[in-house]
Amino acid sequence: MQWEIVIGLEVHAQLSTKSKIFSAASTAFGAEPNTQADAVSLALPGVLPVLNKGAVERAIKFGLATGAHIAPRSVFARKNYFYPDLPKGYQISQMDLPVVGQGALTIQVPAVGKAEPYEKVVRLTRAHLEEDAGKSLHEDFHGMTGIDLNRAGTPLLEIVSEPDMCSAAEAIAYAKTLHTLVRWIGICDGNMQEGSFRCDVNVSVRKPGGELGTRREIKNLNSFKFMQQAIDYEVQWQIDTIENGGKVQQATVLFNPDTGETRAMRSKEDAHDYRYFPDPDLLPLVIGKEWVEQLRATMPELPQAKQVRYVQDLGLSAYDAATLTASREMADFFEATLAAINPSPSLPLSGEGAAVSSPVKGRLGGVDAKLCANWIIGEVSAQLNRDNLEMNQCPITSQQLGGMLARIADGTISNSGAKEVFRAMWSEGGSADAIIEAKGLKQVSDTGALEAMVDEIMAANADKVAEYRSGKDKLFGFFVGLAMKASKGKANPAQMNEILKRKLAG
Amino acid sequence: MINASLKQLSSQLAGKKISSVELTQLYLDRIAALNPELNAYVTLNPETSLAQARAADVRLAQGKGAALTGIPIAQKDIFCAQGWRTTCGSRMLENFVAPYDAHVISQFNNAGAVNLGKTNMDEFAMGSSNETSYFGAVKNPWNHKAVPGGSSGGTAAAVAARLCAAATGTDTGGSIRQPAALCGISGLKPTYGVVSRYGMIAFASSLDQAGPMARSAEDLALLLNVMAGFDERDSTSLQRETEDYARDLAKPLNGLRIGLPKEFFAAGLSADVGAAVEAAIAEYKKLGATVVDISLPNSRLSIPVYYVLAPAEASSNLSRFDGVRYGYRAPEYSDLTDMYEKSRAQGFGAEVKRRIMIGTYVLSHGYYDAYYLQAQKIRRLIAQDFVEAYKYCDVIMGPTSPTTAFNLGEKGDDPVQMYLSDIYTIAVNLAGLPGMSIPCGLGTNGMPVGLQIIGNYFDEARMLNVAHQYQLATDWHQKAPAGVNSDK
Repeated sequence: MQWEIVIGLEVHAQLSTKSKIFSAASTAFGAEPNTQADAVSLALPGVLPVLNKGAVERAIKFGLATGAHIAPRSVFARKNYFYPDLPKGYQISQMDLPVVGQGALTIQVPAVGKAEPYEKVVRLTRAHLEEDAGKSLHEDFHGMTGIDLNRAGTPLLEIVSEPDMCSAAEAIAYAKTLHTLVRWIGICDGNMQEGSFRCDVNVSVRKPGGELGTRREIKNLNSFKFMQQAIDYEVQWQIDTIENGGKVQQATVLFNPDTGETRAMRSKEDAHDYRYFPDPDLLPLVIGKEWVEQLRATMPELPQAKQVRYVQDLGLSAYDAATLTASREMADFFEATLAAINPSPSLPLSGEGAAVSSPVKGRLGGVDAKLCANWIIGEVSAQLNRDNLEMNQCPITSQQLGGMLARIADGTISNSGAKEVFRAMWSEGGSADAIIEAKGLKQVSDTGALEAMVDEIMAANADKVAEYRSGKDKLFGFFVGLAMKASKGKANPAQMNEILKRKLAG
Repeated sequence: MINASLKQLSSQLAGKKISSVELTQLYLDRIAALNPELNAYVTLNPETSLAQARAADVRLAQGKGAALTGIPIAQKDIFCAQGWRTTCGSRMLENFVAPYDAHVISQFNNAGAVNLGKTNMDEFAMGSSNETSYFGAVKNPWNHKAVPGGSSGGTAAAVAARLCAAATGTDTGGSIRQPAALCGISGLKPTYGVVSRYGMIAFASSLDQAGPMARSAEDLALLLNVMAGFDERDSTSLQRETEDYARDLAKPLNGLRIGLPKEFFAAGLSADVGAAVEAAIAEYKKLGATVVDISLPNSRLSIPVYYVLAPAEASSNLSRFDGVRYGYRAPEYSDLTDMYEKSRAQGFGAEVKRRIMIGTYVLSHGYYDAYYLQAQKIRRLIAQDFVEAYKYCDVIMGPTSPTTAFNLGEKGDDPVQMYLSDIYTIAVNLAGLPGMSIPCGLGTNGMPVGLQIIGNYFDEARMLNVAHQYQLATDWHQKAPAGVNSDK
């Protein structure tokens, strides 16, 4: 039987503020337990929350980046439940009136098997601010539980999507797009190992066009690989359950990476009554238009806008444009490199903010852009991968790379020469011009020298020249080979071809 | 000396007629003699108090004294004070030593005042008789069989018995004004947001407000000058220009319009209290005031509304007392849930548990709309009544409490009867308005009667003026319980 999959995501993005959402304690990861637990984090008697403006700014930026409604007035509410790592006995969150309302995110779903890649718009239900809980440590305490409240009060933006995704591929494309976006706009470091970006995935299955099925929520997935495995397993489990005559019960499940299985941790029956009510310690959060506009002016050009511009103005393929905008570091590196190939102060390539003037096609676009994209997507990325480095750790600067690409573009070096320059640059540094000079990689473009070389070759191979002229075109390659050998590989290939063709024709 | 006003004490200290150490020791001696019977204080730290007094004497000697420098002040045990045991009247915090100062405490410290000790109170400020304290009931200095009122009962008794120069209280539904009335002293609950709640252990956050308790309106003004002010650590603290609450004390009352709500003089008010309040109103007329009849039609709903909203907030505020990080933990338990249940069952008293249960109930799924939301709507209507009333008058007056002090144990079995003793005070908290109580007579049993003065928002200076002019014309505020009015 055919089954339709319905998936919605709730993502907890840790906001990149230095201090906690309601106190001045540090949010830095990895400190000794409880060294970042101040009086508010400990929920001492009498302490009060004071909202961190930086957390609100990040929420507003997210709203701007997703075209969402930014609530002029939102309300913090208490979610009441007892747990040892929840020091107040309630979590401050937002319930009825979240800071960010409906928005949307466009995702590119990559080709899977025979399916073509496609674009899809996922609707966002809301995004709200809340505080994280601490951690319970069950090891090393001889039957007791340790509590670390360093993380308690860390600001989170919970981003809730509509159940618009109908495959694991779509869910992952959505999560990755969101992951890129929150880092792109600088509101979250996206470090999934440290729990800065955690996904809860709601999955249900139904007969095509039928009523929505009962959903189960896979909690706390912190890698895209696990997300894929967990959704695949969960979908199959639900289908098997129904096809075997069973019923899916609403539940929260955990994914076990060791077994690759999902397992229910609590069912709806023992769901908490959280007794939400507005937190009387905090005033309603009022966001004025001026504040929103101030932040809008600081927003970077978003990945999607860049992709469109790369295709339309720079003539890149959609694939290249998507690859180059996979992270802001990559896009920035690309644009800086492109600018370095052909520095022209009168033609700003791109800019922060809304007013972006497009470069003139053909000067900075076209050939240069394609060349630049090829090198960054190709050699640079491959080398970074090999050395296990991030884009921002790239040992070659955009100035260096641009300098080298300029020498390819103007014919000074060949592609193979460029690879040598690149390797030297990567391991030893230095400018392309210095390396070309030192290694003698400059192509011979002196027409007189090349002509003399060709004359010599033709004289020594008179029989082959005769064969060529009698119609054996294939011998052209033979002459190219000899010429390149004679020039020790430094001949400008295009020029050499042109001279050979002319002289052989007689 | 024990009957001197804060202004007089301040000038004696400045003039070196007495040192802060001598004054502090005088009160410590009185406390040692009288407190075992009254139980007004739960924690004393004589060494700490005297060290503060010595520091104050140095400051005074340098001529750097401020209005309250060197003056011994008692602090309600709801304020966290660094190094001081801070119990909030509960077994839950019996051994909790606060690691930081509440805003109110640091304001007094900065002023150079001496922290004389922590006063007894109803557990987590939940009570109207001070009988819910884990540390035992407080006796009313006027009659040791009677309650001092609550929840700031320890403070009221300490001020009335001259066991401190002045003191602090907090008021969520009348907890400053009702004990002030029952012990014959003056007390002021400021507009919500005037005094920072930082470091004040929360009962019902949207209603809690700290304020001064003393023997005269003039003293209250000097204390409020120290306590009030914006504090960025409390999001509900109001950012306003600093004001001198004593600035209008001397103004004559000609033309003052006093509103008398008919609901405050209806059934339930005992005759002797009514008569004393009427006499006070007559005195005000002599001072040049006029009287306007007004109505606060929704005030009759203030008790039910309060007993939905305050327990709702309390049930959440008290969740942090879970035995995990500090406070009481049951000695034996089988697992986490058992630890929570036993620690809270043993650590909280009956009244606190009652309110946690009420609050949990009204916030529960399926009941929230019918109780919590409905109560919030009525709260707005109650506030609206006052807005309407202040179109016709400048201050509102009436009784603080329907009766004089009742006897210990008298209402212990009947929570609703107990709740009714706050019938005239609660609406003020729900509206966030400032309210005060000053002594205005004695009942048939010889116990003090309080006159409640309710002002418009931020009208504390005018209320203090109104109270001070009355106290210039009468001497009810100077009456003291028998047996305490000596310097020994």
